[in-house]
Amino acid sequence: MLNIQDLHVQINGKEIIKGLHFSVNKGEVHAIMGPNGTGKSTLANVIAGKEQYEVTGGSITYKGLNLLDLAPEDRAREGIFLGFQYPVEIPGVSMTNFMRTAINEQRKYKGLPPMAAGDFLRYMKEKQQLVELQDKLSNRSVNEGFSGGEKKRNEIFQMAMLEPELAILDETDSGLDIDALKIVANGVNKLRRPDNATVVITHYQRLLDFIVPDFVHVLYEGRIVKSGGKELALELEEKGYEWIKGI
Amino acid sequence: MDNKIMVPEPERMQALFREAAGSLTLGNNGHFSALRNEAMQTFSRLGYPNRRQEAWKYTDLEAALQVPYRIQLIPSEERADASKIFQCEIHNFETYLFSLLNGSYVWEHSPVSVLPDGTVVGSLRAAALQYPELFAHHYGKYADIRNGALEALNTAFAMDGIFIWVPDGVEVEKPIQMVNIVNLKENVFIQPRNLIIIGKNAKLTLVHCDDSVQHQKNFTNAVTEFIIGENSELDYYKLQNKDDDATLINNNYFHLSDYSRLTSNTLTYNGGLIRNESKVKIDGSGAEANLYGLYLMDRKQHVDNRVFVDHAKPHSVSNELYKGIIDDDASAAFYGHILVQRDAQQTNAYQNNRNITLTDRARVETNPFLEIYADDVKCSHGATVGQLDQDALFYLKSRGICDRNARMLLMYAFAAEIAGKITIPALRVRTEEMIEKRLKGELSICDQCVLHCKDQPEFRIDMSLV
Repeated sequence: MLNIQDLHVQINGKEIIKGLHFSVNKGEVHAIMGPNGTGKSTLANVIAGKEQYEVTGGSITYKGLNLLDLAPEDRAREGIFLGFQYPVEIPGVSMTNFMRTAINEQRKYKGLPPMAAGDFLRYMKEKQQLVELQDKLSNRSVNEGFSGGEKKRNEIFQMAMLEPELAILDETDSGLDIDALKIVANGVNKLRRPDNATVVITHYQRLLDFIVPDFVHVLYEGRIVKSGGKELALELEEKGYEWIKGI
Repeated sequence: MDNKIMVPEPERMQALFREAAGSLTLGNNGHFSALRNEAMQTFSRLGYPNRRQEAWKYTDLEAALQVPYRIQLIPSEERADASKIFQCEIHNFETYLFSLLNGSYVWEHSPVSVLPDGTVVGSLRAAALQYPELFAHHYGKYADIRNGALEALNTAFAMDGIFIWVPDGVEVEKPIQMVNIVNLKENVFIQPRNLIIIGKNAKLTLVHCDDSVQHQKNFTNAVTEFIIGENSELDYYKLQNKDDDATLINNNYFHLSDYSRLTSNTLTYNGGLIRNESKVKIDGSGAEANLYGLYLMDRKQHVDNRVFVDHAKPHSVSNELYKGIIDDDASAAFYGHILVQRDAQQTNAYQNNRNITLTDRARVETNPFLEIYADDVKCSHGATVGQLDQDALFYLKSRGICDRNARMLLMYAFAAEIAGKITIPALRVRTEEMIEKRLKGELSICDQCVLHCKDQPEFRIDMSLV
């Protein structure tokens, strides 16, 4: 599904990703771990298409497409979803209109007619329950005045609405208390299907108690320095990131 | 004395004033002619404003003043039903409609009407004869004819306009709509003069529209004086949808008494060159002035909003929020001046001007200015000029929303904050539609027919849900 070869990425002339290899198949859950500032968020943003990052080498193919040729909106329409580490507040744009615009544009891309207003509202209500976001959500502006936990649940809610094929969740666990963490993890687990894949980016092993990965990778100084099964996360927790620096 | 066609150069305007002296009459006492002479002296001394003056640094009248115009000296007798010459496009918008056509009051049965609640609406010219005491008391008392060249020019030649008097204790049930239409197949220079008097414990909602129909050069130099009596309320909307050949100068003077409330909302959708001056004198304590504005300019349009709030008495509040989106080669200027006089203790005064520029050719100049002589006050100001928030754009696009619609959503949300301040539901809905049309370039189509429609997205955003 996703295949990254020898990726090099710069921002403001500084190289952040330095020759990264990474691939994901349908049905898999990958966890990418690593200390702060090693390029985890950069990798997520590059896959989603944020313009500020400059890819200076390597390739990313997704479903056989050259991902780097696609605009961010087309990547989303092809099934890529980024759960933001810091979801943006957009005053004046309601969640309803935001999601309705997004869903209908994605439907149009697939050659489907727009969803009728009534169907849309029912669909939205159903998905809200998944992450235990209350009804009041619909009339609120995107993320405006949301607590940290609400913002993260709102990301998972959007993921549920858009049903992506490849979801990348960037530190979705940061700033969450244990109850919110369970709600978020539960949402992600319910959305798991054999034909989609999830990449969970996290600093702590804690989230992986709830979202059990098939593979764990350690990202350090712009490269994946170690990969393994879920037990790698436990080893990392035990030995700390200092251990990685010695590898 | 006929209406003349000429370039309105200062010397020629002076000559015209001398020639026309006999026919320039308003009311029948000496007050008006003394005021006219004084005003003409001021204009003769100052001439037209120019860009060497600080207050006119960003607005250049020179090109507009080199055009030969028909100078409307004598009001034409406009006998018609106002609702026949102007079809308001706002649905379910019930108003008392009155209009000025090329500067002259339009009437069918009588030049002065009395509404069922006792409110008087009519031609300024006719009302000056019927209500001499009110005119002697208020006319020309607020507009600055000693320092303002254009106010002086208007006062020198003023012949007609709209007069409204809301007597004490009257709350006007429906909004009054006054429409200033310019519709002539030749270039025209008009100077409407309006006087709006609200007594004590009274309430008025006033919707003031500036429209122009023909694509002819036209120059409007309007002066309106508003007097808001004790414990009274004025909810005022200024809607401007002029064509690109229009030059529109609006001088609004608001005078607030004790416990009075003013909300002014200036919505500028279109217009070649527009300058809105709002001068608010808070001459009472416990008064409140809210001044909002929204301007959406493109092509080579220019808008200049200037707001001066003079807090002369204690315990009053003023609050300004002006927002603008500037596209193409358009330009905007904002000047906000808050003066808190020494006696105006416990004043709260806030001012904010926010702008989005969509191209690197779009220009915005914003100047907040606080002048405070009292020590127990709360004042703040803020001004921003920026592009759309790139992080917000990426967030929207990362959900599959195309660049155009993502921009539209952000611009609409930015502008809708001002529409949200409108308390008349039908007008708010219409304003939201106008904003949407304007941002999609559809108003420009009607105006210029440049066929922007080719790049309209097929999918329509349902703005009613934003």
